[in-house]
Amino acid sequence: MAETHSLQDMRQQTAITAKVFIQRDYSSGTMCQFQTKFPSELENRIDKQQFEETVRALNNMYAEAEKLGSQSYIEGCLACLTAYTVFLCMETHYEKVLKKIAKYIQEQNDKIYAPRGLLLTDPIERGLRVVEITIFEDRSLTR
Amino acid sequence: MKNCEYQQIDPQALPTPTPTPPPHHGKDTEKKKEPRRPRRKWEVFPGKNRFYCDGRIIVARQSGVLPLTLGLILVTSGLFFIFDCPFLVKHLTSCIPVIGGVLFVFVLITLLQTSFTDPGILPRATPDEAADIEKQIDNTGNTSYRPPPRTKEVLINQQVVKLKYCFTCKMFRPPRTSHCSLCDNCVERFDHHCPWVGNCVGKRNYRFFYTFIVSLSFLTAFIFGCVTTHLALRAQGGKGLVFALQESPGSAVELVICFFSVWSILGLSGFHTYLVASNLTTNEDIKGSWSGKSGEDVTNPYSQKNIFINCCSVLCAPMPPSLIDRRGFLPTDESAQTGSADIELPTLAAKSEINVTEPESVPPCVSDHPVLTHCSLCGVSLCLRPSTNTRRRSVWTLLCPALAD
Repeated sequence: MAETHSLQDMRQQTAITAKVFIQRDYSSGTMCQFQTKFPSELENRIDKQQFEETVRALNNMYAEAEKLGSQSYIEGCLACLTAYTVFLCMETHYEKVLKKIAKYIQEQNDKIYAPRGLLLTDPIERGLRVVEITIFEDRSLTR
Repeated sequence: MKNCEYQQIDPQALPTPTPTPPPHHGKDTEKKKEPRRPRRKWEVFPGKNRFYCDGRIIVARQSGVLPLTLGLILVTSGLFFIFDCPFLVKHLTSCIPVIGGVLFVFVLITLLQTSFTDPGILPRATPDEAADIEKQIDNTGNTSYRPPPRTKEVLINQQVVKLKYCFTCKMFRPPRTSHCSLCDNCVERFDHHCPWVGNCVGKRNYRFFYTFIVSLSFLTAFIFGCVTTHLALRAQGGKGLVFALQESPGSAVELVICFFSVWSILGLSGFHTYLVASNLTTNEDIKGSWSGKSGEDVTNPYSQKNIFINCCSVLCAPMPPSLIDRRGFLPTDESAQTGSADIELPTLAAKSEINVTEPESVPPCVSDHPVLTHCSLCGVSLCLRPSTNTRRRSVWTLLCPALAD
């Protein structure tokens, strides 16, 4: 099955990209949450459930990063007592969760999105404004 | 039938494209371009800020009266330690310079942190994002003049909040975000631009600012009290205040400075304590966003209705990260956009036949030019002429049409 394609054929099948942006969901305030509404451009690309699961997992992780719990209070008070100099030496809780998020996105890309010609961009690279999904399209699906 | 319609892309290759040499006839294709010094993102930052220590320190372009603030604090504290402390240690207790020292260090550290920390600047939207937002907004006017202000309404905790579109940053501002005209940046949870610290006060440095003014009010009140005690002790025994001032002239300077500043600083601390307790920003308070003065039933949707929880959420919340990534490196294609990594795929131009051999061996194709790569899904060998744009070449399109077996 080692068939080759000439350059002329390839010219017809130039890949073009489109980008879909998942905007922030502000219904619960200024917390970092993304909309789980399934964009129409991804309809024939990926399962709606799969997509929603990814976004929900991201939302949960960001909620965990910003959570006001006893641990964050203790960290905050300790930081205040040391005139916040601990922030220069210690990795903050938020940064630890951001690393976890980056790993999760890479894993999702490897397992689910790349085989379907999609690519998730880590929201931190877009200032936590959007989740950018790049769609790699095949211009001609038929030969 | 194997589904090979979509290309298998290597996610690792995409976000940080590595430069590869443009292909030339007859040249050694493994020779790399002369490596340029990689630039950091702060060097192309679009806002009006200045950066020091290779992007570690950020200040507003106009430092305002920060030197004056620093000068006043250093001069007053210096005079205190030189003129008042020796006398008070002898006559009262040696705790006084210790307490003064601790407060002074606290004030200085928090002041520098307020001035040199990113207040919560939002990076500007990438061109793709801006185009996407433009598409979503129904823009019926012509583009020769600025279109009417665009707003979006969201419901936060049963309260309608209007999000405004920022024409400079090309995005809808998140709630509580405001664009500072002095720094030309959108700042999250924008409180105010403080000329005394020479920086905006926003989400990330509000706790530093609050600690600064509270500790400064303690320091000022402490010095004021100590100086008064010092002069009173010296003036004892009928010697009089003038005599005391002549003996310790530094104390006169301190007295004047502290007397005039303690009221304003105490007032400011009190005001900000009120803001913290009700989870408001100075910006919202001044505009009266949630005061209901227009007669509507409006409440602050961000307040937790509990003073303690409000204070904790403002001062003790996890420290948010800086979104502008000052010390990150720009993609090596000399793009002037901060934080953007636009990915474009190679387009096949109808130019001369240029091929580049891949390091790994792939079988040659029948057309007598080397195959570049082959599809990992269905094994089809592909001859694909790469684009001359070095950035685009980092994405290999392993296109293979679905083969009917």
